[in-house]
Amino acid sequence: MATEAEGGGLVFHPMDQFIVKPLFGDGAVGMFTFTNVALWLLLAVACVVALMVLGTSKRATIPTRTQSVAELAYGFIYKMVEDVTGKDAVKYFPYIFTLFMFIVFSNFLALIPMSFSPTSHIAVTAILGFGVFFAVTILGFVKNGAGFLGLFWVSSAPLALRPVLAIIEIISYFVRPVSHSIRLAGNIMAGHAVLKVFAGFAAITAVAPLAIFGIIGIYALEVLVSFIQAYVFTILTCVYLKDALHPSH
Amino acid sequence: MATETTGTASACVGPDGSAIGMPQLCADWMPNQIFWLLIALIAIYFVLSRIALPRIATVLAERQGTITNDLAAAEDLKQKALEAEDAYNKALADARTEAQKIIAQNKAEMQAELDKAIAKADAEIAAKAAESEKAISDIRATAVESVEAVAKDTAGAIVAALGGQADDSTVAAAVDAQMKG
Repeated sequence: MATEAEGGGLVFHPMDQFIVKPLFGDGAVGMFTFTNVALWLLLAVACVVALMVLGTSKRATIPTRTQSVAELAYGFIYKMVEDVTGKDAVKYFPYIFTLFMFIVFSNFLALIPMSFSPTSHIAVTAILGFGVFFAVTILGFVKNGAGFLGLFWVSSAPLALRPVLAIIEIISYFVRPVSHSIRLAGNIMAGHAVLKVFAGFAAITAVAPLAIFGIIGIYALEVLVSFIQAYVFTILTCVYLKDALHPSH
Repeated sequence: MATETTGTASACVGPDGSAIGMPQLCADWMPNQIFWLLIALIAIYFVLSRIALPRIATVLAERQGTITNDLAAAEDLKQKALEAEDAYNKALADARTEAQKIIAQNKAEMQAELDKAIAKADAEIAAKAAESEKAISDIRATAVESVEAVAKDTAGAIVAALGGQADDSTVAAAVDAQMKG
């Protein structure tokens, strides 16, 4: 990963941006240490509060710009939950909206130069992914009892094929949280690492223009990826939730 | 925890301050990340579910209500406008028929007056024509008489001029006989 120094002091440390360090003092990173992760997570919280609470504080019938954005986000996710999961899943909307707002703000805050991107860390996305996985699985069993296992028993397939399909379905079911979390972390990490590599090349005069245009291009792509990954994470959560609520195929 | 204490805090950071391998896989940092992540998620969840989402839901519902009310009011006003237009059209049509009626009446009156005047004029013309006729026939009669007198006088004069002796009655008889022939 970390391309080491070649020749004239050209050093790439594309992964250094992901190092977790304590912001106060020099000690070890303990569980409660206030680190850069904590700072950028709390900044994401602050941004969510600013948009969703301060932005809507006027409760205007004719919305201000900020309130309009907040309402847009609300409507976007509400409609997604309603369309993908069904009308009965609207009571899970606050959880899904929490996920979306958190990911979208973490991703966009990570696009600020010199910032830290919490969603590039597998520890963070794994908690999100596995959290969704366990919540959905438990919910499935609570709502449907043993009927939830019908999700793995494809009743529309020929009887002989069903055990084979059941195995495939079970494997794919347990791979879900892994792919769910690695997709997000991988996208964000790769994008930021590539940005850093281009930035390293920008130090060489000969290729600097190319590298800078590369940075611009990749950055634009990252803006897109930031939103799309939040969207994908949220819509997959909705899909998994739908499986839990209505396990029949 | 920190096995290498050369200025850095963790086993995952090399002595030069750069990452060893992927920082994402550094188990030393994970409890910290997970702890703060949970704090952040819980904070966002409570802020959203307690304050932001009910508020936005209310605002959206209120807006929907306002829009529905406004639409109903607009529908009402439109209905009123249509009614007003109908009334206007009706008034216009009424006025038009009234005008038509007045025009027809006037025309009839004028026609009657005209007819009367024409009849009167015709009568006058006929009277005048009869008078003229009479005058002409009078004139004609007078003219014949005059011609007779002139003829008799002229005949008498011619006879006298020729040296004859003629009495008036003979000349008159001869002239009469000639004029009848």
